[in-house]
Amino acid sequence: MADLSYPLSPGARAQVRSATGKAVDEITLDVAVSDALGPRDVAVSADTLRLQAGFAERGGNPQLGENLRRAAELVAFDDDELLRFYEMLRPARSSAQELDSLAAELSERGAQRCAELVREARAVYVRRGLIA
Amino acid sequence: MYVQDRASARSEYLASRPISEDNLVPEDPALGLVAFSSPFDPQPSLRLQDGCIVELDGKAQADFDMLDEFIARHGIDVSVAEEAMATATVDFARMIVDPGVPRSEVTRLASGMTPAKIAATLALLTPVEILQAMQKMRVRRTPSIQAHVTNRVDHPLLIAADAASAVALGFRELETTVPVLRHAPSNALALLIGSQVGQPGALTQCSVEERTELELGMRGLTTYAETVSVYGTEQVFVDGDDTPWSKAFLASCYASRGLKMRFTSGSGAEVLMGASEGKSMLYLEARCIALTRAAGAQGVQNGGIDGVNVTASVPDGMREVIAENLCVMLHDLESCSGNDTLMSASDIRRTAHTFPLLLAGTDFLFSGFGSVPAYDNAFGPSNMNAEDLDDYLVVQRDWGFEGGLRWRDDADLVAVRRRAAEACRAVFEALGLAEFSDEDVDACVRAHGSLDVPALPPELPEVASERVMDAGLTALDAVGALHERGYELEAERVLEMIRQRLLGDVLQTSAILNEDLQVLSSLTDPNDYAGPGTGYRMAPDRRNEVARVRNVWSAADLALEQTRSEGCVLLRDNGPALRGERADEVVIGLSPAFGRDIWVALNGMTVAEVLRAVLAGVEAEGLAARLIRVRRSIDLGSIGSTAARLSGSGLSVGLQAKGTALIHRADLPPLANLELLSIAPRITPELYRQLGCNAARYAKGLVPEPLLLPESSEPLGPRYHARVVALVATERRLAENADPIELGAAWPT
Repeated sequence: MADLSYPLSPGARAQVRSATGKAVDEITLDVAVSDALGPRDVAVSADTLRLQAGFAERGGNPQLGENLRRAAELVAFDDDELLRFYEMLRPARSSAQELDSLAAELSERGAQRCAELVREARAVYVRRGLIA
Repeated sequence: MYVQDRASARSEYLASRPISEDNLVPEDPALGLVAFSSPFDPQPSLRLQDGCIVELDGKAQADFDMLDEFIARHGIDVSVAEEAMATATVDFARMIVDPGVPRSEVTRLASGMTPAKIAATLALLTPVEILQAMQKMRVRRTPSIQAHVTNRVDHPLLIAADAASAVALGFRELETTVPVLRHAPSNALALLIGSQVGQPGALTQCSVEERTELELGMRGLTTYAETVSVYGTEQVFVDGDDTPWSKAFLASCYASRGLKMRFTSGSGAEVLMGASEGKSMLYLEARCIALTRAAGAQGVQNGGIDGVNVTASVPDGMREVIAENLCVMLHDLESCSGNDTLMSASDIRRTAHTFPLLLAGTDFLFSGFGSVPAYDNAFGPSNMNAEDLDDYLVVQRDWGFEGGLRWRDDADLVAVRRRAAEACRAVFEALGLAEFSDEDVDACVRAHGSLDVPALPPELPEVASERVMDAGLTALDAVGALHERGYELEAERVLEMIRQRLLGDVLQTSAILNEDLQVLSSLTDPNDYAGPGTGYRMAPDRRNEVARVRNVWSAADLALEQTRSEGCVLLRDNGPALRGERADEVVIGLSPAFGRDIWVALNGMTVAEVLRAVLAGVEAEGLAARLIRVRRSIDLGSIGSTAARLSGSGLSVGLQAKGTALIHRADLPPLANLELLSIAPRITPELYRQLGCNAARYAKGLVPEPLLLPESSEPLGPRYHARVVALVATERRLAENADPIELGAAWPT
């Protein structure tokens, strides 16, 4: 993976894999309509997002790279979980303790960068009165 | 004596013009009604301590509001900050504009600047300097364009048909929204299907409340998102129910599902919400954009947007709007440059808003050209709409800018609309979402807008949407349904949009997929403008495409128009024209092509009808008419003069085949005349008859009242000049160095 270059399409369709390890070029129409694919089979993988993060950083946008690295951490979470976390980060939705727990949960599940973002938010929300 | 005059008629007239409906206001910095440089804007400043920013634009770290804090932590490259802030503002302004300074050098310095520094820089630029800078600073070399695809009743088949039209016309991003939030899933699905008919690869979005929008994206029913709004003051940010951290997290959520996403800002929003802190619109927007970069979003939709009418109400407002767009480019972000809200009741003023950007080029010229009629735009009318499409295409042709669109023959559009409406119907039926009749499909294929289609059961979009959500349907289900109902090509294309999410190429800055499914982004299609001869230039094929618009008149079209009336009069050559002896004759001089290769005049009369009207006028006065053809000149003065010199009375009528006519007299210089009907398209049969009468009356020694064409301010040049050129060329071809001949006329029945 690491030696792939941007863009990944069309050259790297055999090497790029979905969240469950299916190669992009294996996802043919026949496979797609055979009911053999679940939603995770057609979800982007953390590896691909880290690869794209590297392209963004080498292209001179470290913030986009960081966003894609956070995204790579979030691949493992369900849609409902992400919607819940987002809701917790909105203004005056969570107490400082709840944000601490959220950071801890993210951290435990391998989302260090996202956990750091939540810790940062917690400090600012407390200082600016945006805590529930 | 003192006279108090009433208001002038001119003033009353002007006050009734559409421009007078626009609300304009004086500058009022306290309310934030100031485009650039409010007295309350901070002075640019930045102080570092141990690699951390401890002062930003006059504020100490302890006083940072949440925007300051987020920008200070994530948005400024501290390794260049000191150099960047020490660069004189005017020097940086010149670097931005100068094509000799590489784009990368400008973005490098901008990454170390504070919002106030960038706002102060942009305030120095004239409109033309801003445009020149955009040409160099936009991220993607190839400009593109986004469409709004909506209708007032959320008709799924109409959404699908309009999406297919939009793609056929060249739009590469399609945005829908809903009058009723609950209808969003139905619209998103219909848009997805329609967008992949005709050409593959257009990206689609459904602009709704943040959480719903994310959910639709996660299911693959949309392929990008745009309505992730940020604001320039802490109060308005919180009123918008978000913080920079929640928005940054949301950005990562989208990316985690392989979805392209950009933030939305745009001046005026803070003023509308009554919390601008007295800051200038550009300064607040510079904060939004710095924050967007800091959050890691790849692009920005701005340039007024919903607040454009607020920005437009203050002096320099429209210059501020394009400065906002440039500000995005300085941060090396995708610019989706507004023009998506009708900004004036005046056609001149709304065009003036959009036109400069078209010349300069941005990543997306519109963040929503209304591809549907203005009444169907659920966002509210865009600054340009389906009604304006041909105007846009002709202006694109006139100026040769890359406007992203192309004219399509109606038969081509109808074909893709039918395919899209039928495919959408098939998917909705296969998935058990809704049933439609053949009449629904037929009407949507032909419709200009939703007023042309049979009413839907009012609950249909809502029920369909509920079923999408309850059954957990995703893009994969759409692929299955398309396949099941025989829409293999569309099934494959929707599946390809799913595969694109696994590849993630569209997550890079300014990424779009072209019609060959190649990704054009900051990395594959970087803007390399460095002065004349560099940067984006239209390829010859594209130029030919741009040149094709409705109503281009070729020589063949004109010939066909002429042949339809061929033979309406038969003009026989009766030998050399001699000088007449009768004092009661008027000679009618015809041009070289009259009744030979030209048979229809510019007013639509045949040359036979023109000639008979003139003859009838002469005869009504009891005089005789004699016909000659002048062969040596195509100039009407010469034709009339030659005829007059051969006339026994000294009076003549000269006629060009295109219909221009005059009365001449033998003693006048060739280029003079007694009466002239110069504007051929506006001459009526009655005027030709009266011209014959008047010529006869002059011959009788009377002084008739000269004829006048009815007054009109119709633009005749654009309507007729292309035809005139062709008709004159025909006259010129038939002219020869030969003396006049006498003609006999016969009138086939």
